[in-house]
Amino acid sequence: MTEVQDPAASDRPDLPRYQRPAGVHPPLDTPSYGSSRLRAPGRPPVLLPHLLTEVTGPLLGAGRVTAADADLTTRHAGEPIGERIIVTGRVLDSDGRPVPDTLIEIWQANAAGRYAHHIDNHPAPLDPNFDGVGRCLTDSLGRYRFVTIKPGAYPWKNHPNAWRPAHIHFSLFGRAFTQRLVTQMYFPGDPLFGQDPIFNSVPDPAARQRMIAGFDLGTTEPEWALGYQWDIVLRGRDATVFESGEDR
Amino acid sequence: MSLPITPSQTVGPYLAIGLPWPDGPYVVPEGTSGAITISGRVLDGAGEPVPDALVETWQADPDGRFDHPDDPRGPAAPANPEFRGFGRCPTDDDGQYRIVTLRPGAVPGPDGRPQAPHLDVSVFARGLLDRVVTRIYLADEAAANAADPVLGSIPDPDRRATLIAAADPADPAGPAEPVGEGMAFRFDIRLQGSGETVFFDV
Ligand SMILES: [Fe+2]
Repeated sequence: MTEVQDPAASDRPDLPRYQRPAGVHPPLDTPSYGSSRLRAPGRPPVLLPHLLTEVTGPLLGAGRVTAADADLTTRHAGEPIGERIIVTGRVLDSDGRPVPDTLIEIWQANAAGRYAHHIDNHPAPLDPNFDGVGRCLTDSLGRYRFVTIKPGAYPWKNHPNAWRPAHIHFSLFGRAFTQRLVTQMYFPGDPLFGQDPIFNSVPDPAARQRMIAGFDLGTTEPEWALGYQWDIVLRGRDATVFESGEDR
Repeated sequence: MSLPITPSQTVGPYLAIGLPWPDGPYVVPEGTSGAITISGRVLDGAGEPVPDALVETWQADPDGRFDHPDDPRGPAAPANPEFRGFGRCPTDDDGQYRIVTLRPGAVPGPDGRPQAPHLDVSVFARGLLDRVVTRIYLADEAAANAADPVLGSIPDPDRRATLIAAADPADPAGPAEPVGEGMAFRFDIRLQGSGETVFFDV
């Protein structure tokens, strides 16, 4: 992985300069992922300098999220079927700073591998006690914590006998438009990684591993739920600019 | 200290269960005095609508300010406290989205030169392994657009034109009565192929 400074922003020393990571995100044009064929742009992107609109972003805080939104197992009349899990970790930037008070949204399939969405026709049962949607804000140290059910693998039609590894979709805002990230969290040791073009769309094998949560006995709660730890790292800012600029 | 960042993955086909908000399309509430609408379709390389995309917008307030600590002019609460700056709208079966907002003000750019009023846009969809980023400029800001440094970095006028939202005589998804001049704009997003929208490396 290489990170380059933004050449186009050098005439605005008063703005944070977000790194432009190269080689981390999947190329939009990934032919093994069939849905990309008619949707990936064909032309190379134009370099956008990091100006005011890019270094700011929505700071959507309290009011949009309640504590109950982080527990996907207690929002219905009964408990959902499946393996109860805790998913927790920190949101950091690549300079190692926690990203506090930032909105995280998650969505996922149920334990049988079925989404509560009308176009999902996988012949697996819906669970009336699970909608698969959660939200939370990171705390002052960038920490988050969800309680949910381990999602099942599910089939899709990308290639013969194609199955998605179990995953939870994560959406993050960070502090600036440049930091916006949507990704997926996977589970350790999944036998389906090798045949999944979405997981393998990330070119660097080490970067792929950063999408996999770690099982953690310390996070596991006795007699109740298995624990997984997963830290999410957003693009950082040039440290010298940060120190001389506005602090939060 | 440098930590390697987390890679992006697609939102997949089921983003609609997790990401839309009831108030997402309303940067200001419908009916707000001076509100403009920006609507359009997201289209794929075959010209077909993309019914499972999410369009997000981020912009300055009408005074060109951001309520954000990293604006070196200092965070500025918008004159209209209901203005959120951020919009989010999923596409419908016809690939349509619609955002209700206030016209952004001009924003300082490089060398102190102003940037024309604009919205930064992220598009997420099944098939997109990372978001694509574009900008919306408004057709009736012709003089400001002509001097805008980002538009000016795109030499081909046909390509540049893909970033300009056209004034629309009516808001197709809004009230049946015609809207006032300069109040409704149309911005289609062509992901691939003929007339492909300019996307940015942000
Ligand atoms: Fe999924």
